[in-house]
Amino acid sequence: MALLETKGLTASYGDFQALFGVDIALDPGETIAIIGANGAGKTTLMRSIAGILANQPNAVLFDGEAIGALPAPDIVARGIAMVPEGRKLFPSLSVEENLLIGRYGRAVAGHWSLQTVYELFPILKERRGNPGTALSGGQQQMVAIGRALMSNPRVLLCDEISLGLAPVVIKDIYAAFPRIRAAGASLVVVEQDIGQALKVSDRVYCLMEGRITLSGAPSDLTREKIHSAYFGAGA
Amino acid sequence: MMWIDTIVQGILLGGLYALFAAGLSLVFGIMRLVNLAHGDLIVLAAFLILVMVSALGLNPFVAALVAMPLMFAIGWALQFYLLNRTFGTDILPPLLVTFGLSIVIQNGLLEGFTADSRRIPVGGLDSASVALGPINVGVMPLLTLASAVAVIIGLNQLFYRTSLGRAFRAISDDPVTAGLMGIRPKNIFATATGIAMVVVTIAALYLGTRANFDPTIGPARLIYAFEAVIIGGLGSLWGTLFGGIVIGVAQTFGAAVNPEWQILAGHLAFLLVLLLKPRGLFPRAVD
Amino acid sequence: MTDASLTPWKVETRAKASATFAIVAALIILLAFAAPLFVSRSVLQDLFFILTMLVLAQNWNLLAGYAGLVSVGQQAFVGFGAYAMFALVILAGLDPLAAILLAGIASSLLAVPTAFFLFRLQGAYFAIGSWVIAEVVRLALAQLKMLGGGTGTSLPREATRDMPALKLVGELFGVKSSGAGDILTYWLALLLAIATIGLVYRLLRSKQGLGLAAVRDNQEAARSVGVDARRMKTLVYLAAAFGTGLCGALIYVQKARISPDAAFSVVDWTAYVIFIVVIGGIGTIEGPIVGVIVFYILQNLLADYGSWYLLILGLIGIAIMLFAPRGLWGLFAERTGIQLFPVRRRLTGGTVTPSKKGGPHG
Repeated sequence: MALLETKGLTASYGDFQALFGVDIALDPGETIAIIGANGAGKTTLMRSIAGILANQPNAVLFDGEAIGALPAPDIVARGIAMVPEGRKLFPSLSVEENLLIGRYGRAVAGHWSLQTVYELFPILKERRGNPGTALSGGQQQMVAIGRALMSNPRVLLCDEISLGLAPVVIKDIYAAFPRIRAAGASLVVVEQDIGQALKVSDRVYCLMEGRITLSGAPSDLTREKIHSAYFGAGA
Repeated sequence: MMWIDTIVQGILLGGLYALFAAGLSLVFGIMRLVNLAHGDLIVLAAFLILVMVSALGLNPFVAALVAMPLMFAIGWALQFYLLNRTFGTDILPPLLVTFGLSIVIQNGLLEGFTADSRRIPVGGLDSASVALGPINVGVMPLLTLASAVAVIIGLNQLFYRTSLGRAFRAISDDPVTAGLMGIRPKNIFATATGIAMVVVTIAALYLGTRANFDPTIGPARLIYAFEAVIIGGLGSLWGTLFGGIVIGVAQTFGAAVNPEWQILAGHLAFLLVLLLKPRGLFPRAVD
Repeated sequence: MTDASLTPWKVETRAKASATFAIVAALIILLAFAAPLFVSRSVLQDLFFILTMLVLAQNWNLLAGYAGLVSVGQQAFVGFGAYAMFALVILAGLDPLAAILLAGIASSLLAVPTAFFLFRLQGAYFAIGSWVIAEVVRLALAQLKMLGGGTGTSLPREATRDMPALKLVGELFGVKSSGAGDILTYWLALLLAIATIGLVYRLLRSKQGLGLAAVRDNQEAARSVGVDARRMKTLVYLAAAFGTGLCGALIYVQKARISPDAAFSVVDWTAYVIFIVVIGGIGTIEGPIVGVIVFYILQNLLADYGSWYLLILGLIGIAIMLFAPRGLWGLFAERTGIQLFPVRRRLTGGTVTPSKKGGPHG
């Protein structure tokens, strides 16, 4: 059985429907990537799973439990943590406090603690006393990932973590992923950078205009297939 | 020498105003809510202490300790069941609901306790004084200021040293992302208002023991508290203490010139600060 | 979009029921002016009270409901208008009727410096700030010994008795000067109420009114299309100060006795007014009218219960704000679609083609 599953997930902002029956599945230990153009519904999908947007209870299943209608704090408590798009560090909190608050809703024993997060991203230890927002973009992204890890999540949702970062910085950040997987988390990675997505994931879903247009293992997907799933046939 | 005495008395009075204001400052810092019933809640707590002192024969300080958890519960419930429902993009509902609450509390107290002036008896303490160098200082005013400082230190510790304090700051920064951390706004807001009501109880103890009070004096306390918060700068607790002292000193100076000018002088000091430094004297860096 | 051009769009502000209402309203106004012919003095005094509360409510509604400026300090202008009228009558020997008009102007002049202070404060802080200003004005006026200081003063009898207008009314109806005074103040209140509603209605239907609605709904967006929010709000604030001050002066011509505590009472001139608007329906012209009627009925029902009356009024206000934030009129209009003062623009005709693309980035 899949660890996390969406079944016919729909989502709207007022009159605007962003998702039209999306089905994805994440198996234990797996990393999946969600790719798609701007406005395809990737962030909406993440927000729906994380509980920021409420859905039908059965539209999202976690360990067989219907969690689609639960609010964000209940989702975190069950072990699904999110690294939100744009990092969203708390400006009034120091780096260390930003990390500590990641445990607020789920303080369980596990691999991740302040110490192990600092081992993963040593630069954060040096800057632990700084306000989170005084850091460079890449360092802020490390704080955001560390913050989500502090709850020892079973599923980690990463929304556009390479957005606005230099390629060398992106490489540094993705270099941490094997250790995150090794610690036991399953990952959902949203990426606009297709190359990066294919490199990091076991399976890929492509979203276009709120629908899944393609899925499969990176090795089975050709450039042409991805291109047409990404931009629509004939584009 | 008289001027020094006036300043000292003003600073001590400022301690009382800082106590009125600390709860307001705390709540505003976290949820950007101004509770227009704040002053009436102080008066309500004063009556609660008075009842325990006169009916149960408790010492006022013990009565205040007993009243604290009660007031915490009242604040928690008030926020959880009533005020949380008013949050949204529109500022009208929270303002008008707390304004209605102010009227309800005032008139409820009038119905229960009449308009008579009351005072919480503290034995001989209210006339006791100590000599500080050349000037005599009342023990109760001194205790008030000490309590104000202690409250501010305590709130700062809570804010910057505890997990709850981190949650307060996080939710004030960004409620949506705070939710992703497992922080439940409704519970946090209720807890914050509960804590503000504990501070209100301390303020009520000194309000009720130092001077006469009746059910209608709440709004004036709200105004002093508000002025202290604005003078200090939104969200800065030490600023709030300083703001309270500014109002206190202005009032004692006004009163020294002409007793009728006491209150007016406090308001004018506030307007002067608003004119020169609209963001207050110690505005919070992050807003 | 071709089908849309076949049935052209039309912007309308008139809604159903408003045309019939105009005729009924004209009849009601005629009847109201003739009221002194067939109602008793005590009824006239009650009507005076209702009309002046309605004027205060319309002014507060203009501030809070349309400009988003929640003031709990409008008693500043009631009291200042009243005191200005007293000063003009007692110190300058003016006719009270002329003094009422000048008092309105004086109130709007007071609003210039207070706006300067208050517009530095946002939202909730504006509310308490307005209260502080009212306290400052009250405390300052209480220092004026020539107007009675803290204990207050009365209008000289000859000033109220010898008004030329009063003699005219007295002869017309064959009543003594006290009765003529009630008729005169009632008529003035009626005129003021009609003028206030008329001006608010015109303002809201004008281009400025549209800008105001835009500012209330979204200040940033309004600015981006060239609506100067601050200027609009300042204008509304000054206008409300004028109307409120005028009304305060009129109320105190009728009372003929003033004290700082009464003239600057937050309960009488602001709490009641807020409850009237909230219960009736904030942000509509009809709301305060419905609200003042409900308020009057409640006051008569509960007058003997002292502070229970205000307590119940407060609870009703809270309940309405939580469960029916658009008030009684809002509930009624929602069910029936009736608008007596249609100020919202309605788009009629045309056909709606829902667009499938666009919207927030997902």
